[in-house]
Amino acid sequence: MTAQARPGDPQITPELVRQHGLTPDEFSRIRKVLGRDPTWVELGIFSALWSEHCAYKHSRPILKSFPTEGPQVIQGPGENAGVLRLGEGWAVAFKMESHNHPSAVEPYQGAATGVGGILRDIFTMGARPVAVLDSLRFGPLDSDRQRYLMKGVVRGIGDYGNCVGVPTVGGDVAFERAYEGNPLVNAMAVGLLREEELIRARAAGAGNPIIAVGARTGRDGIHGASFASEELSEQSEARRPQVQVGDPFTEKLLIEASLELIRSGHIVAIQDMGAAGLTSSSAEMAARGGVGVEIDAQLMPMREAEMTPYEVLLSESQERMLVVAKRGREREVDTICRAWELTSAVIGRVTDDGMYRVRWGAEVVAEIPGKALVEGAPVYHPEAREGAEAAARRARPIPPPGLDLDLDRTLERLLDLPTIASKRWVYEQYDTSVQTNTVTGPGGDAAVLRVRDTSLGIALTSGGSGRFVWLDPYEGGKAAVAEAARNIAATGARPLGITDCLNFGNPERPEVFYQFREACRGIADACRALGTPVTGGNVSFYNESPTGAVLPSPMIGMVGVLPRIESRVGAQFRAAGDVVICLGATRGALGGSQYLELATGDVFGAPPPVDLTAERALVECLAACAEARLLASAHDVSEGGLAVALVESAVLAPELFGCDVDLTPLGPGHPPAALLFAEDHGRAVVSAARADADAVLAVARKHGVPARAVGTV
Amino acid sequence: MKIAVVRFPGSNCDADALAAAAASGAEACYVWHRSTDLGGADVVVLPGGFSYGDYLRPGAIARFSPVMRAVAAHAAAGRPVLGICNGFQILCEARLLPGALARNGGLSFVCRPVRLRVETDTTPFTARYRVGQELTMPVAHGDGRYVADEATLDRLERGERVVFRYVGGNPNGAMRDIAGITNEGRNVVGLMPHPERASEALLGSSDGAAVFDLAAAVAVA
Repeated sequence: MTAQARPGDPQITPELVRQHGLTPDEFSRIRKVLGRDPTWVELGIFSALWSEHCAYKHSRPILKSFPTEGPQVIQGPGENAGVLRLGEGWAVAFKMESHNHPSAVEPYQGAATGVGGILRDIFTMGARPVAVLDSLRFGPLDSDRQRYLMKGVVRGIGDYGNCVGVPTVGGDVAFERAYEGNPLVNAMAVGLLREEELIRARAAGAGNPIIAVGARTGRDGIHGASFASEELSEQSEARRPQVQVGDPFTEKLLIEASLELIRSGHIVAIQDMGAAGLTSSSAEMAARGGVGVEIDAQLMPMREAEMTPYEVLLSESQERMLVVAKRGREREVDTICRAWELTSAVIGRVTDDGMYRVRWGAEVVAEIPGKALVEGAPVYHPEAREGAEAAARRARPIPPPGLDLDLDRTLERLLDLPTIASKRWVYEQYDTSVQTNTVTGPGGDAAVLRVRDTSLGIALTSGGSGRFVWLDPYEGGKAAVAEAARNIAATGARPLGITDCLNFGNPERPEVFYQFREACRGIADACRALGTPVTGGNVSFYNESPTGAVLPSPMIGMVGVLPRIESRVGAQFRAAGDVVICLGATRGALGGSQYLELATGDVFGAPPPVDLTAERALVECLAACAEARLLASAHDVSEGGLAVALVESAVLAPELFGCDVDLTPLGPGHPPAALLFAEDHGRAVVSAARADADAVLAVARKHGVPARAVGTV
Repeated sequence: MKIAVVRFPGSNCDADALAAAAASGAEACYVWHRSTDLGGADVVVLPGGFSYGDYLRPGAIARFSPVMRAVAAHAAAGRPVLGICNGFQILCEARLLPGALARNGGLSFVCRPVRLRVETDTTPFTARYRVGQELTMPVAHGDGRYVADEATLDRLERGERVVFRYVGGNPNGAMRDIAGITNEGRNVVGLMPHPERASEALLGSSDGAAVFDLAAAVAVA
């Protein structure tokens, strides 16, 4: 019995194929896979799984160049989340994902469901979620629209994370004109697990039951994955019904039920029904395990009447999990779900014929070779060519800063920039201390959490400068990883690995694909140099609106480990009289800096180059100083340069310090504005008690890091 | 001494409260909201979180949970009951404490460390503090603005039933800067700040640990 069209199904026409986001070429590939025309349901299934969002058609060959291995890697890319070894039997699961398009049309729910989805990727690995971080990009807040978007996104993140009881401990927010038509909402979740509790989303064992757990299925979010794979347009507002609606209360119950199911030993695999819902979760679990599945979509618990198989398969209703249980344990699984007041329903079985088969009662509505469905999407190698405008922008000479500049006023204006100014008003709306593990919350470099019942700590950060990538994709890609590593190392932790969220425009445009390819090359080189493998992440293309593409924005989420939590270092000065020391070389590079934009009204010039050997040395030096308990504070130097870093270290402490420093020895001959505001990489500002200052300088010398005492707190 | 932490669907500070209670040396255990007894506990803690997702109104659904009869009986017997954050909201909804917790004055969720002054040491949960002592602990709530009619507020003040008051900044617009109160019997205490999150120096403050140090108070009771 092969799949049959159902009465009332629309006819498969080129127009219908196009509406499903599939090219004529992709359609003929589908016909070859099936040996016949697909049914409407099958077309919908292919449309989802072969969308850019699910199939990585344009990015796969590039992503293969990322380093993914290391002694600390327990699980690399390809699973719901990456997993790294921490020590003492503990591991950390983490992943970052975009929810840009939904947030652009419905900011509150778009952001909320972004948090919900990424949390599910964590606890399906057997890890308890312990932290969320968010990297957000908006246009300048001078328009009602941008304020509406930001307010909605912040509230959406807060309401969801606060309710599920996972602290939001970090991230970053930046504002650029280029994000006006297409904001970026990237959420990272982090969980902790015992190494032996790891579970992978691989279906196995013919005859094992497939069980849907959690919320009922409705008509929300149908074709969300396809929506994420096209540019935003005037019509995008009409996509609002495709944005899912989040219910953090159910999510909290799902976390507890899922972790209990995993520990019970009754289940084989578990996966979130995320993008492309039931379709992708069931097909991907089967493909990973090399088995087939047979599902009766009619058995899905539904919240709306008269739903069709097409809708059930493609709905992205939230807070649903798909579980493969051991045969005969259906009752035990149901008992655990009921205890957490959740419904569960057996909707199918694992098979050994490798087919992805969907029934609707007695009818077969889809029957597709499983491997071809999940792995058979075409791979594209689009043309990559740097745009002439971009090269010219980078080559534009930087006017030397005038010596008569009012430096005080310039610093004040820099501190006023929304991208640089304190984000306290944002993060105070997030619960940052629930679970009582937060040792260092938002506001500094990286967040630090203790790992309960061990001596360990973890450091977490997420972010990336789109403007550096825009000006020089390769150096910008390196810079994103290097800055994350400095943030981690400033706390005293050693960087362990990264997840990434790669936000770009339309990859079919050569200049966009060039940005993507070069930024990824930079990320890969930096990860190799810093020993931080890539464990997963997500690619978000088509971040374009009628006003143009976003800045190419690869966000890096990094995790580091502190062998002893007591040795963590904060970003704020601790005591008057402490010695202020600048680590790293100040070259006075102003290209692409916040200062240059302030001075000229434009963003241009070559961004500061990244010396990966120097970055590695700085990271090692900071960690070594922290382990020897030599530092009172340590803070990464980034936007706004040394001047802003010094001010931040002074004002982050509740007691409000100041500092008296002479920066001229750092770069004799540099104009004062370059000393103060250059955004050279590879630098940190640290402070140490007078008795420890020489030891800090000695450790720096040993690591080959330029270091100089410049004054006192 | 045994401390029971009640878990409602949506409680999310249950583990934190349990850890703080256990750290004080007590035997600490969970009680599921469907339970009709408290397992012989000496003290009951209703932890923070979003019971039933705060749907309808914080605490409005949780007060109908089966366990609340047992909690009410425990309170009526003069035995100690502590409600933290959502737990405070539930105690007000259940009429075990007067007044209500309304939406924050600033209309947004607020999470930050606040300063509190201990206003009375004659409750089981503040017996280890001095009147006038100032403490630092975090708040984390969207609905923490304590409100009551003037007569009730006056009665609370006259009876020295305001337990904690915000000092140096009121995070939610609570009337008379009230952060925590007690009932007439002085055995039921509710507060919006989170003492369980301020029970270790590593987390920034250990000022809240003594709230869970109940051995002496319970022995006397």
